[in-house]
Amino acid sequence: MNLVWFHKLGSPKYFYALALRLTPWLGGLSFVLLALGLYWGLVVAPPDYQQGESYRIIFVHVPSAWMSMFTWMFMAFCGLLVLVWRMKVAASLMRAAAPLGASFTFLALVTGSLWGKPMWGAYWVWDARLTSELILLFLYLGFMALQSAIEQREAAGRAGAVLALVGVINIPIIHFSVEWWNTLHQGATITKFDSPSMPVEMLLPLLVSAAGFMAYFATVVLKRARCDILEGQAASGWVREWATPAATDHRNP
Amino acid sequence: MGLGRAFRAMLGRDIRLAVRQRGELAQPLVFFAAVATLFPLALGPEPELLERIAPGIIWVAALLSALLPMDRMFRPDYEDGTLEQMLLSPHPASVLALAKVVAHWLVTGVPVILLAPLVALFLQLPMQALPALLATLALGTPLLSLIGAIGVALTVGLRSGGPLLALLLLPLYVPVLIFAAGAVDRAAAGLPIAGPIYLLAAMLVLALTLAPMAIAASLRISLS
Repeated sequence: MNLVWFHKLGSPKYFYALALRLTPWLGGLSFVLLALGLYWGLVVAPPDYQQGESYRIIFVHVPSAWMSMFTWMFMAFCGLLVLVWRMKVAASLMRAAAPLGASFTFLALVTGSLWGKPMWGAYWVWDARLTSELILLFLYLGFMALQSAIEQREAAGRAGAVLALVGVINIPIIHFSVEWWNTLHQGATITKFDSPSMPVEMLLPLLVSAAGFMAYFATVVLKRARCDILEGQAASGWVREWATPAATDHRNP
Repeated sequence: MGLGRAFRAMLGRDIRLAVRQRGELAQPLVFFAAVATLFPLALGPEPELLERIAPGIIWVAALLSALLPMDRMFRPDYEDGTLEQMLLSPHPASVLALAKVVAHWLVTGVPVILLAPLVALFLQLPMQALPALLATLALGTPLLSLIGAIGVALTVGLRSGGPLLALLLLPLYVPVLIFAAGAVDRAAAGLPIAGPIYLLAAMLVLALTLAPMAIAASLRISLS
C-alpha cells in the first residue's frame, strides 16, 4: 500500500502549505452554503403545521448538535493518530477542534433552550438529549483546561489524545445512561422531532445548512491548526524563513 | 519476580503506606459523613423528604468523597520518584498501576461502603434498599477509582491538579451516579434492580479491562 500521502500529511511544513491553500476555498464554500441554507430554512421553507414559525431554529440547532458530536469523534480520531504515529499535525488539529466543539455544543444548548421556552414552557428541562449535550460541554471544557494546564506541547497533545479516546468510549455510555435516567423518572416526555418523514422542503435546507456548518468547521480548524503548527514549529527552519521579511518573495514554503 | 508477586508486592506496599498515615485515611470518611449531613440541614429534616432523596444524597456524598483523596493515588510516588522506577521495572506498567488502584480502593472505597449503612440510617433510607445500596457501592466505588486513576495519571505532573481533576472526572462519573442512585431508588420503591446492577457490573468489567492501559499510557505521558 502506498502511504506516501499519509507521511506527507504528517509533515507540518507540507500540511501548513496545504491548509493555506485550502482555507480560502473552504471559507467561501461555507459562506455560500450557510447563506443558502439559512435563507432557505428561515425564509423560504414552509411553516410547520403544529409549531408554526418557531420550528425554524432547527436549521441552526440540529446542525450544531450534529457538529458537537462529530467534533469529538474527529478529536478522538486525531488522538489515535497522535498516540499511534505521534503525528504532531494531528495534535494541532485536535487542539484546534476543541474550542469549536465547545462552541457548537454551547450553540446547540442555547438554541435548544430558546426553542424550549415557547414549546415546553421552560428554558431548561432535564430532557435526556439536553442533559447529555450539557455533559458533553463539560467534557470539552475539561479537555481545554487540560490542554492549557500542560505546558510541554508534546505531552499536552498526547494527554489530550488519551482524554479524547476515553471520552469517545464514555460518550455513548453517558448518552445511554442519561436516556435511561430520564425515562425512569418522567416516563415518555416530549419527543422532539419525531418525524422520520420530514417533508423535503424542510429536509433539504437542513442538509444544506449542516453542510455549511461542516465547511465552516473545516475552515476554522485548518486556520487554527495553522497557528498551532507555527507556534509549535517556531524554532524550525521553514517557519523562520517564512516569517522573516527577507523571505516574503517566496512566501509559500 | 513473577507478575503475580509484583502485583502483590505493590498492593502490600501501598496498603502499608496508607495504614501508617491513619489521619489521612480518615479524612474521606469524615468528609462523606459531613456532606451527607449538609443535605438534611439545607432541605429540612422531614422523614418523608429524606426517605425520598436519601439514595441520591448518599451516592453524591460517596462520589465526592472518592474524588477528594483521588490525587493521592499517584502524587506522592510521583514526587519522590517511585513512579518512575515503577515504569522502568520489567513488569507491565498497566498491571502495577492496577495494583495501585486496587490498594487505593481498599483504603478509601471500602471504608465508605462500611460507613454507608450508618449514614443510610441517619437519612431514613428504607431498610429494604440497604442491600441495593451496598451492592451499588461495592460495584460503583471501584469503578470511580478506575476512571479516576486515568484522570490522576494525566494530571499528576501538573501543579494545579485538584480543580482540573474534578473538572475532568465529574462528567465521566455521570453514568455511575445515574445507574447506582437509580438502583437504590428503585429498591426503596420495591422494584427489581437487576438491570442497573448488571449494567454497573458490565461497566466495571469494561473499566477493569481498558482503564489499566489508559492509566499506564497516561503515566508515561506525565513522566515524559
